[in-house]
Parts: sequence; structure tokens; C-alpha cells
Amino acid sequence: MKPAEKDNTIPSLILLTATRYLVPVLLLFSLFLLTRGHNEPGGGFVGGLVAGAAFALYGIAHTVHDARRLLRFPPRVLIGIGLLVAVGSGLFSLFYRRPFMTGIWSVVEVPVIGKVGTPGIFDIGVFITVLGMVLQIVFELMEE
Amino acid sequence: MLVAVLSGFGLSLAAPWAVRVGRLRGWLFALLPLLLTLYFLSFTPAVMTGEAITASYNWVPSLGIQLSFYLDGLSWLFALLVSGTGIFIFIYAGAYMADEPLIGRFYAYILIFMASMLGLVLADNLLTLFIFWELTSFSSYLLIGFKHKDEAARKAALQALLITSGGGLALMAGLILLGLAGNSFEISALVAGECLTEHPFYVPTLLLILAGAFTKSAQVPFHFWLPGAMTAPSPVSAYLHSATMVKAGIYLLARFTPILGGTALWHLLLPAVGGLTMLVGAYLSLRQVDLKRILAYSTISSLGALVFLLGLDIPLAAQAAIVFLIVHSMYKGALFLIAGILEHETGTRDVTALGGLARIMPLVALAAGFAALSMAGIPPFFGFVSKELLYETTLGLQDNAILFTTLAVIANMMMVAVAVLVFVRPFTGQLVETPQQPHAVPLGLWLGPLALGLGSLAAGLVLAQVGAILIAPAVSAVVARPTAVKLALWHGVNPMLILSILTVLGGLVVYRYRHSYRRISNRLDMGRQWGPAKWYEFGLEAMLSLGRLQTRVLQHGYLRIYLLTINLVFFVLVGLTLVTKHDFAGQLPSTDLRVHEAVIAAIIAVAMIVVLFARSRLAAVVSLGVVGYGIALIFVFFGAPDLAMTQFAIETLTVILMVLILYRLPPFATFSSRGQRIRDAVIALSVGALITTLVLVSTTVTQPTLLTSYFAENSVPAAKGRNIVNVILVDFRGLDTLGEITVLGIAALGVYALLRLRTPSQRKVDLTATVETELVAEQDKSKEVEAM
Repeated sequence: MKPAEKDNTIPSLILLTATRYLVPVLLLFSLFLLTRGHNEPGGGFVGGLVAGAAFALYGIAHTVHDARRLLRFPPRVLIGIGLLVAVGSGLFSLFYRRPFMTGIWSVVEVPVIGKVGTPGIFDIGVFITVLGMVLQIVFELMEE
Repeated sequence: MLVAVLSGFGLSLAAPWAVRVGRLRGWLFALLPLLLTLYFLSFTPAVMTGEAITASYNWVPSLGIQLSFYLDGLSWLFALLVSGTGIFIFIYAGAYMADEPLIGRFYAYILIFMASMLGLVLADNLLTLFIFWELTSFSSYLLIGFKHKDEAARKAALQALLITSGGGLALMAGLILLGLAGNSFEISALVAGECLTEHPFYVPTLLLILAGAFTKSAQVPFHFWLPGAMTAPSPVSAYLHSATMVKAGIYLLARFTPILGGTALWHLLLPAVGGLTMLVGAYLSLRQVDLKRILAYSTISSLGALVFLLGLDIPLAAQAAIVFLIVHSMYKGALFLIAGILEHETGTRDVTALGGLARIMPLVALAAGFAALSMAGIPPFFGFVSKELLYETTLGLQDNAILFTTLAVIANMMMVAVAVLVFVRPFTGQLVETPQQPHAVPLGLWLGPLALGLGSLAAGLVLAQVGAILIAPAVSAVVARPTAVKLALWHGVNPMLILSILTVLGGLVVYRYRHSYRRISNRLDMGRQWGPAKWYEFGLEAMLSLGRLQTRVLQHGYLRIYLLTINLVFFVLVGLTLVTKHDFAGQLPSTDLRVHEAVIAAIIAVAMIVVLFARSRLAAVVSLGVVGYGIALIFVFFGAPDLAMTQFAIETLTVILMVLILYRLPPFATFSSRGQRIRDAVIALSVGALITTLVLVSTTVTQPTLLTSYFAENSVPAAKGRNIVNVILVDFRGLDTLGEITVLGIAALGVYALLRLRTPSQRKVDLTATVETELVAEQDKSKEVEAM
């Protein structure tokens, strides 16, 4: 089984069709994992892995080029964004004169998600970093 | 005060965008040092009355580290020096580097420097001081290496960093010793506290702190990094390497004079090292033809003079040092900026290739003239006062007055000759053909040098006020008691005046015979072969060789041998500990194996055997996947859904990665001999057995684990999450996770670099191992968390 890296290889019809339904479901699932992580099994790390798998699947079914277009950001940049988000969430507590990375929580509840707090934002940073890391490696290997 | 110190860091972040304003950017950036100068000036009345302003913020309360600031006469003077010269440097840099594409980066670096220098001179806490100290070394490194495509610049930057941060390490040890000896990490408390000079830690503390100060302030034998640092753009040389950063060592010595000074050792080491530096710098300075190198060596000489003065056993010395410090910052800063203008306009810094420029750039020539007159110590310039004070100090000594005075006179004669050289050669005489056609100099360039030059004149004219406002509070801080300062140009005919006249005449003679001087000194030259720069190179080369050797031995690049080493070491260390420290008396838990668990275990075992005897890579990969999924199932059965989910995701991705590289690998073949395989099997089985024993043993130990109950109890109330694993990852141990995702990011960039850098023929190296190791590491953390 070869990845469909060149334009002249004919992608599997089954794979293409499956991808069309699987990718959105996987991405939604990854977000679901991310948001419920604080209270139920899940979290940013596994969410990022699932999202990464979704894009990797898309890349195998179509081309890496298409997958990169779907992602919009270069994976390298995602790693940076993720780290910035994570660090930023930690810096937030400094405004409250608390040590770095003290969790700060909103007072009001947001529907569906529940209370919003900096650990959640931190988890989003983890999600983005992991997604970027997985795709950085996967895309690079696919393009070889 | 915290805001004042941190504002530079803040603006530094915005610098890459702020430079887009165009030509006026220099003026825009200069607003910050201007505001800071005004801010510090607002403390003038308080400082004059001898009051100290303090501000303290909790930084790391758990370690007792305070972000505390202390503004007295000395730190106030330095803060003004840093922010005041900063104004002109920033304006100048805007014009000097008008066409530099990376100008944003430049301002970002130099702002970091300014902020850290301010932090350094204002810090009250020893550790705060150290952190800012290191930040100045670091920003100096970035600025020296600013032209990073130039190999010489990179080398000089590294040299400066290694020397100053080497000294920084010594300083850190010294500061910690000082804090322990004085039982406080606040400088103000140490000054007020009991005398430390009899403490058993005194000698090591002093030596370590001196090592830090001497490396930073380019004292012999560490002086050689400073001329190398001249590869930096001229504003950097003027700001960091003459006016401010190299004075950090001086500041430190002045600051610690009340704490550590006054002993025989202090009065021996400082004058010896400082005096030697003063002479060596002066001697080397006149040998150069590159304008910036001339100035660099003369700066070394001046720094030596400052250390020398601070070490003299006479109250007047502190006053002479503070006056000379201000004098030197003004004239040397101006001269460096002028050297930059000359290079900018003519394309050369060789003094022998310049001439007659006064006609083209009269204002610059005027500034240079003022600076040179101050440097040569001609009345009514400020430099004259400082030289008089220097002689008065050395003449007033009880011991060695003649020796030290002679030293000072010789060094000052050389400085006079240098002053004449840097003004007369470029600006007078016939106009000389230069690589570039010089033209009128823009305002941004000449403003700074002229302002500093005029300052040298003005300070000499309003001496009484300068003495009372600027000098007296700083001197009082150094000698730790209120001191009045009376400065005057005319004291009548006295030994100091005669020495001053002698110095100027001597300097002119040296200038007249500078060619013979250069010839003779070149013939006598030993420094190039045996000097400290050679020691540095030798040391660096030795370190690199050692690094290469140990890399060859330990980092050979064979994954299988890495695994072998790691497993063997693990087996021996853990095995030994287990056998010697544990008594195998505990009761093994009863095993009630259920059917589905047994089935999973059997599947894993079978898959493992398949992996071992697989005839194709695909079969091995798939079987390994089965093992992974099997383990994930076990996690599910034992109530670790998070872990199982992560395991599933990772197994999936591993299979994807494997498949991606599978067909690029060489054909599946057996590379190892039978003996090797038996050896590997033995080690694998031993490690497996050890792990099994370990797990079984750990179940027999019934220690109360505080962690699990702590996390279970606090997860919801303290962190508002019911999923303990996740709460630990993102909250309780968020810092660990932050570190780990950083590692993940770096690993991904490493894979990227590896894949991109290899030549196509090399592109068959197995990379999955790297990737997988990372993933497994991350997963191990979750496991560890789960196990609690």
C-alpha cells in the first residue's frame, strides 16, 4: 500500500468515499474529546492525535497538497501557536497576581461546555501543538 | 519601578512591528529612554537627600525570591547613564541602520539590553541582579552577532558570551555564598548587616564575585573579548561596550564595596588587576589602526583605571572613580558613535586612510574635538577634573604612592596620544580618497555625539552642581556614609596640575613618535602567540575535541546499541537496588484471573511471538499493532479509559507512520549474527523478568500513597474537573505538560530538519524510531499519572 503522493496514481474509490464521511466525524470527535476532557475521559492530547489522524487520512486518500490546503496553516506554525496558547493561558493568572499557571475560572457557566477556565485553554494549546507535531511528521514523510 | 524596568521588554516584543513607521523610527524608539530618563530624574530630590527608594514584588514566593528594587545614589546614577545615553543611541541607530532590513530585530535586542541593564543596576535582590546580569550578557551576544552571516561576528559573539557567562557562573556561586554568609539575599540588608570580611566564606565569595566582575568589565586576562565585540554595529559598541554594559562589573564592585571592600585582599587584587589592565589596554590601544579597535583597547584601559581606583585604600578613590565613570561614558560613547559615522560615510575605519573630514562634516568634527579634549583631560572639559582627582588620589596614598602615580601618568599619556590620534588623523590635514564618497551627515547621526561632546564641556563648566547632584549621592552609596563632593577646575599650582601638564606634553611626544612605537611594539609582540586569546582558543578547541570524542563513543547512532545500553544499565541498577534494598516477604495478591483477561494476555503473547519470527516487515508492524491494541484493552478493563484512548490513537498513528516509510526501507533481511541474537534475547528476557518482578513486588507493598487521595479530593474543588488524569495533566502538573509539548514541538522540528537536510541518497534512514520514542515518552507520563 502506497500513499497517493503522486497525481497520476488513482486513489481508491472506497477510501475516497469513506474519507468524505470519516474526516468530519473524526474532527468533530476530536473536538468532542477536547471539550469533555476535563470531566470525562478525553483531553487535548488524545484530541490532537485524533485530529491529526483525520488530516493524515485525508492526505492518504487525496494528496498531501490537498491535506495541507485543508489545514490552512503549515503544521510548524501550529506547533508555535499551540505553545503560545499554552504559555498564554499560564500567563493569564499573573493578572490576578497569582503564580504562573494558576487556574483561573469564569464565574458564569457556558452552555454545553460548563465552566470555562485557563486549564481548558491550556488543553487547547496542547491540542494544537500535538496536531501540528503529528502533521509535521506525517506530511513530511508523505512528501518524501 | 517594576513597570519602568519591564517597559523595555514590552516594547522589545512590539519592535518588529513598530519599525514599520519608517525613517523616524529612531526617534520613536528614543521616546522610551527619554521617558525613563525623566522618570529617574524625578527622583533627584529624594536621592540628593540620601533617601533610598525601594520597591518589592513577590516573584517566587515559594523560594523566597523577591523582585526587589533599590534606588540610591549609585543605582540612580547608573540608571540615568543607561537611559540617558539610550536616547541618543536609539536616535543614532535609526539613522545609522536606515537601510537595514532586520532593524526590527536590532531594536528588539537593544531594548532587551536596556531593560536588563536597568534591572541590573536597580536590583536589590542578589538573584534578581544575577538574572539581569545574565540577560545583559545574552543580549550582548545577540547584538555582537547581529550580522549573523558574517563568521567573524558569530565567533566574536560566542567568545564574548563564553567569557562573560563563564564569569557569570562564578558570580552566581559568589552571590549565593554571599547570601548564605550574610543570611540575606537583599543587598540593602547586607550593607546594613554585620561585617562579613571575617566570615569563613569571605575569600571564596570575593574571588568568585571578582571573577564575574572582571570578565564582564574586560580586565586582563579576560580583556580580549572586547576588541572582538567590535564587529557589532557601532551604536552597540558605543552603548554596550563602552558606556554601559562593560561598566556592570564596575557597578558590582562599587555596590559591594561596603560589603566586601576594605580588606587587604581587596586592596591588593583590585589595584593589581586594574593597574595591569590600565597599562595593557593603553599599550595595545596605540598599536591599532582600526578606529574602533583603538577605542576598544582604550576602553579596556579606562575600565582598568576604574577597577584600580575602586581598590585604592583612600576615601577619595570612590569619588575619583565615579567622576571618571561619567567622564568616560560621555567621551567614549561619543567617539564610538563618531567612528560609526566615519565608517558609514567613508567605508573605512582605518585611521591612516582618513583625513581632512572636518571640511565635510564640521559638526561631527566639533563633537569629536570635544570628546577628544575631554579624553585628553584639557580644561575646562570634565575629563580634566577626573584626571586631577585621579592624581590626587594616587598621591594621597600611604603606600606605593609613587608607583601608582607613575602608573597612572603613563596610562594617561597614552590616552592623550590616543585622543590626539582619533581626532587629528581623520579630521585634519588633506582630504584623503576613501572607498566611499563622504557627504553631509544627517541630523540623527551627529546629534548623539555632539550632545555627548557638549555634555563633556558643560559638565566641566557647572562642576559644583554636577558634584552635588550626580556625584555626591553615588559616592555616598559606595562608601556607605554621606559624603560631600566639591569639584573645581582651579586649585592653584599644585602637584596634580604639574602632573596634568606633564601628561599632556608626554602624550604629544608619544603621538609624535607613534610610528616608531608601533614598529617596536610589533617586534616585541608576544601576545599573538602566547596571549590569553590563544588560551581561550586552545580551551575551546580542547572542549570541542572532548565533545567529539564522547559523541563518537556514546552517540554512535545505532538504535539497537542505544537500546542495549539503556536496558543493561536499567537492569543492573534497578536489579541491584531491588535485591539489596527489598525483602521479599510481602504477600502476593490473590490472582482471580477472568476469562477475557486471559484471552487478551494470550493474544498479546502470540502477537509478540509473531513479531519475533515475522518474515516481512508488514507482518511485524501489524503484529506490533496487535500488541499495542491488546495493552489498550487491558487499560480499558482496569479502569483507565484515558490511557486506553491515547494508546489506541498512538497505535493508529504508528501504523500510519510505519506504512509511510515502509516501502522506502531496504529489503527485509537478517543483519545480526546468531550470537548477537542470543545476547539480545537474554537481555530482553532479563529486563522483562525484572519488570515483572518489580510490578509484583510493588503490589505487595502497602504504603499509604498521599498523592492519589490528594488528587482525588482536590480535583473537583480546586481544579473544577472530575477527570483526575486530565486535571493532573493540565492543572496540577501543567508545567510538566508545558515542558513536554515543547519537547514534542522540538522533536517535530528535528524530524523536519533531518528529512530536509539529508541528501536524497541518505533518505532511507529509519526515522520512525525517533518519532515513536517521543510518542511513547508522552504516553509514559500518562501512565505514570494513571498509576497513582
